[in-house]
Amino acid sequence: MTEDRDRRQFLLSILKLPCSLAVVSTFGAQMLDASQEQGEQGKEEGYIRADHYYGMGIEVDRCIGCGRCAEACKIENDLPKEPYFFRTWIERYSVYVDGETVVDSPEGGIKGFRPAESDRSIMRSFFVPKLCNHCDNPPCVQVCPVGATFKSPDGVVLVDKDYCIGCRYCIQACPYGARYLDPRTKTADKCTFCYHRITKGLLPACVEVCPTQARVFGELKSPASPLRRLMRTSTLQVLKPYLNTEPKVFYSELDREVR
Amino acid sequence: MQIGKIPDQVIRLAVLFAVAIAALIVARTVFVPRTFGELGHYRAAALDVAAGQQVMYAGMTACVDCHSEVAEVKGRSFHRGLACEVCHGPAAGHANDPTASRPTIPRERGACLYCHEFLPSRPTGFPQIIERLHNPMKPCTNCHHPHDPTPPHVPSTCAACHGQIFRVKSISHHSGLECKTCHDAPAKHSQNPRLYLPKKPATREFCGKCHARDARSPQEIPRIDLATHGGRYVCWECHYPHFPEAS
Repeated sequence: MTEDRDRRQFLLSILKLPCSLAVVSTFGAQMLDASQEQGEQGKEEGYIRADHYYGMGIEVDRCIGCGRCAEACKIENDLPKEPYFFRTWIERYSVYVDGETVVDSPEGGIKGFRPAESDRSIMRSFFVPKLCNHCDNPPCVQVCPVGATFKSPDGVVLVDKDYCIGCRYCIQACPYGARYLDPRTKTADKCTFCYHRITKGLLPACVEVCPTQARVFGELKSPASPLRRLMRTSTLQVLKPYLNTEPKVFYSELDREVR
Repeated sequence: MQIGKIPDQVIRLAVLFAVAIAALIVARTVFVPRTFGELGHYRAAALDVAAGQQVMYAGMTACVDCHSEVAEVKGRSFHRGLACEVCHGPAAGHANDPTASRPTIPRERGACLYCHEFLPSRPTGFPQIIERLHNPMKPCTNCHHPHDPTPPHVPSTCAACHGQIFRVKSISHHSGLECKTCHDAPAKHSQNPRLYLPKKPATREFCGKCHARDARSPQEIPRIDLATHGGRYVCWECHYPHFPEAS
């Protein structure tokens, strides 16, 4: 009768499996609810999400490539110190006389740039700060299988770290390379426009520290915001407009070589 | 078991379905977080989690509340747009409790060089130095007060800032000409270079003062006929004035 007993044990273990799963998941859900209560403590009084819609303008011809924004971002958001994980970084474009364009970003620009070591003569060169474009039509949100990344009512694309399963689909889907997998939590991470700061009326850390005001942060809906003023007074472009992602990070004086 | 004429196996199947649907409803209430779907296909509570993150940079307005005398000096200087925490580091802890921690004061040369070391990629007009040529080993703060960085000695020659043009000109046939021969620079240009710009020649006749057929200038200077030479182009479209023999 060993065969019969084997079957009984098998069926019993099959029964145990969902029970144990349910117990684990219930605890998981409770933990999520706990984190939610913790979040409610950080909730700001009088902040109405529907009244805001954020964007950023970047004046490329003002950027001096000092890298203070990338460093402030790392400190403000407690990002991993290794030089691979950036929510914002600075790229240096060097267009050579022979027509080739070289883009480099040593350590995201945090430690500054050294003059390019090349014998060829450079025709023009400039810095371009990059970050998540907070697309109005975000491809990363479309591909998330669990609803862990989303566009908030105030127009910021966020990642729910407690809900992310770390499948990396969104990292693949982002055409701007703005996402990475946090090595500590194994979840996707990206620029939040410093959501904890802007909901308190502060500026994002990168905008706060930019020495030349190359970054302009503001409301897209209010006509009096610094961003709308920039939009009125300069010709703006977005990155990869042909992808119809409708980015909300606008660049002025952008060179056609910028990708 | 037999209800009416419904066959046994159908009832069993119906019971199975009922159990499965009940299990699904129970599973959804247990597994799906409370606020999921409130605002969209995501956990609405995640917004509050993101908003609850700790602030590290207090922002310049918080600094100015107490250090108004520094802000006043800085507000009149070239560093007026520079936030305090760029140099002094994140100071939210200090802003919340001034005695808890003190922001750092960078004194080494490297701190200024993040912005002011010469890089060809930087925008024209941004003040830059070549670190190993500009008073080597001397701390920047010896001559420049960081809150009001205008140097105490304003440059007396044009070459102090326009070194590249000066070096090119010095090996050209125009090496004997002073900058002011062609550029009329206001005195204030050396203190506030971008606000008081020097003038540039605007007409062909300006170059003609030396290079025209009938110009009263030394004989060795090359002459052209202003009426026929170069058509309607102005001189500097073909000749670089700081190095005119290059074409």
